Amino acid sequence: MTAATGAPPARAGRAELARRWVRQNLARSRVDAAVSVVALVACGYVLFRLARFVLVTGRWDVVRVNLRLFLVGRFPPDHLLRVSVSLVVVAAVAGLVAGVVHRRQVAAGTATLPDLGPVRRLSVVAVRLWPLLLGTLLLLLLCSTPGPWVTVGVAAAAAVVGRVVGARLPRVAHPAVVLVALATGPALVAYLVAAEGWERWGGLMLNLFIAATSIALCFPVGVLAALGRRSRLPVISWLSTGYIELFRGAPLFVLLLMANVALQFFIPSTLAPGKVVRAIVVFTLFTGAYLAEIVRGGLQSLPPGQEEAAKALGLSPISTTFLIVLPQALRNVIPAQVGQLISLFKDTTLAGAAMGLFELAEIGRAATSQAGFAGQRLLPETLGFVALLFWIGAYTMSRESQRIEAKLGVGER
Amino acid sequence: MLRAAVQLVALAAAVAVIAVLVVNVQRNSDRLNIPTSFDYLDRPAQFPIPDTDFRQTQPVRDAIVVGLWNTVRVSAVGIVLATLLGTLIGVARLSGNWLVRSAARVYVEVIRNIPLYIFVTFAYGSLALVTFPRIEEAWRPLGLAVLSNRGLLVPRLEGRVALLGVAVLLAVLASVLIARRRYAVADRTGAAPRWGWYATPVVAALLGAGWLAGGLTVDVPEALDDRVGFTGGLRVSPELFAILFALVLYTSSHIAEIVRGSIQAVQKGQGEAAMALALSPWQRLWYVVLPQAFRVAVPPLGNQYLNLLKNSTLGYTVSFFELARVTSLSVGNGAPAVPSYLLTLTIFLVLSLVVSLLVNLANRRLALEPAR
Repeated sequence: MTAATGAPPARAGRAELARRWVRQNLARSRVDAAVSVVALVACGYVLFRLARFVLVTGRWDVVRVNLRLFLVGRFPPDHLLRVSVSLVVVAAVAGLVAGVVHRRQVAAGTATLPDLGPVRRLSVVAVRLWPLLLGTLLLLLLCSTPGPWVTVGVAAAAAVVGRVVGARLPRVAHPAVVLVALATGPALVAYLVAAEGWERWGGLMLNLFIAATSIALCFPVGVLAALGRRSRLPVISWLSTGYIELFRGAPLFVLLLMANVALQFFIPSTLAPGKVVRAIVVFTLFTGAYLAEIVRGGLQSLPPGQEEAAKALGLSPISTTFLIVLPQALRNVIPAQVGQLISLFKDTTLAGAAMGLFELAEIGRAATSQAGFAGQRLLPETLGFVALLFWIGAYTMSRESQRIEAKLGVGER
Repeated sequence: MLRAAVQLVALAAAVAVIAVLVVNVQRNSDRLNIPTSFDYLDRPAQFPIPDTDFRQTQPVRDAIVVGLWNTVRVSAVGIVLATLLGTLIGVARLSGNWLVRSAARVYVEVIRNIPLYIFVTFAYGSLALVTFPRIEEAWRPLGLAVLSNRGLLVPRLEGRVALLGVAVLLAVLASVLIARRRYAVADRTGAAPRWGWYATPVVAALLGAGWLAGGLTVDVPEALDDRVGFTGGLRVSPELFAILFALVLYTSSHIAEIVRGSIQAVQKGQGEAAMALALSPWQRLWYVVLPQAFRVAVPPLGNQYLNLLKNSTLGYTVSFFELARVTSLSVGNGAPAVPSYLLTLTIFLVLSLVVSLLVNLANRRLALEPAR
């Protein structure tokens, strides 16, 4: 038997290399080879069925006709320009932030790719964000009007311009960029609400709105609850623990059902929050409780020397917490935090099932009973499309979190 | 002094918030003429529960018991199946075979990034009701089960099943005792424990005795002679199938990642040391790597079990009568909303505590014992 392991000799031909790879990865023994054959047949069958569904048997008209419904719900068509403008602004700000981050990393000597030509850099970003780009392309191909193409083109240009400008901004301007980034969300929401109140939003836009708002609100809640649970003051600790355990022990779906029919009993009858607001309240409190436990894990992972050193330097307890402890604690648990945010994004589908909000998954279900499509058993097509959109969002987030994790060297100390 | 003041203020604020909530509930209920007591539990539920003996004249209390049983049942079966499938896929993620490894990776990355609700809806609206054959063309694997769009019929044990349960408990107890004894002997003499060799006949004898004592027979579903349909067997309704299928699929992808991470967390030196001791690959995995991996895996596994328990409320969306659906229906039929939902939340808190307790027990059993 020839040696299958060890470094390949430099002159080995391509066929020989391929054979060697097969021997090491697919056929290490007879049993292994048999397993490979079985797995090949099984995977081949699944892929064949999938390809047949996507390319041949799938009746995608229901998606094509309802594309706007899926993406922005019943947002008034006259005001769709506002959605386009928002997308462009988001792209520009994202580019700006990426540029600033890159510049700071270069200055600190932590950038992974400090000097790269513009073309190479674009290709690196394209590889990094391939699910997002492929999904965008797919959506554009389903469109029948030129509007979305123009929007995406302008947004891409805006992102590039933002990136270039951001990388050239002097250090003094960086705090301003942070402020602009923080103000973008509320400003865009106000801009969109001017056309249509958020209670009548729908589609992917509604899912993203609920998820983004809840994420922004649940962070302070979670951090405060985590700090409270670790407080040396027993009453604060009990109250925080009570909140955390109560919401972690409750099913999100039941909380949403409750928000739908029982919440109005707990508040004065003059207040009548809409369904979207109620959903955001539930998502915020629920995710805040989970986030608190994650942050607590981060706090516990810090060696006590950090706090003691800060105390020895004469920092006040508040400065110690916010300048020394929290930044390190939050950094240590980035993957778990992103995981929780991905869960939140996926869980926004429950707002449709429990509260009747017109979000993406609910539209997928409703579209199959539309006039013209009813009774044709189109659920695989609509749900497949909805699942793809969610998958792109969640998978991109999880990839980015892995990238940040690798970059920060978490777990490598 | 300051600390006492801060705590007092916090306590006062918390009490005030709770008091305002209680007053609001009382005032709003009075205004709408809705009771706030739990008297509704004894009133008729006014809705029947399909696939059960529950009739609409029975009290809400009984409906909640049926819902609780369904929640517990789907969670327990789901936890077992998801653990089995998840472990299989987690180990496959680390296979030396590229194809197996990649397929497992794609499975995990696809499934865990799609919302559970989509799986539930698809499993019910598309798989269970449309893809499965009509009852006339029911699919009968090996003649034992019947699969159609009216649900799944599987063989059922008939007789005094409780006696078999007792026998299973006894068998577990006997195995533990035999294993202890054999490990004690192994410690003393250095002989291999081989407790499986000693325990298997005892277990077989106990189970056989239980089977005979219970007078058990297997009830296989049979086709009816006079009309289309089947009789006998245990019925899994399309609703139960859909929620179970989705829960197992979704949770298994999360469990697979936990299993993979835990195996990778076992120090490389452990496997290498086992190899140096000339243990076979199987012995290496079973005696050295897996016991240590399980120690790491138990707490996150417990979290997944809790998630599965809570996610079982999605049965609501496919008309599976678990707690959330029963609660929602009884509120729709006149039960007061606030007490109903508070009761359901309390039940879930208790169930969560039970699961946590079991996981903590396992954790304590597996945790590193302090050096003796």
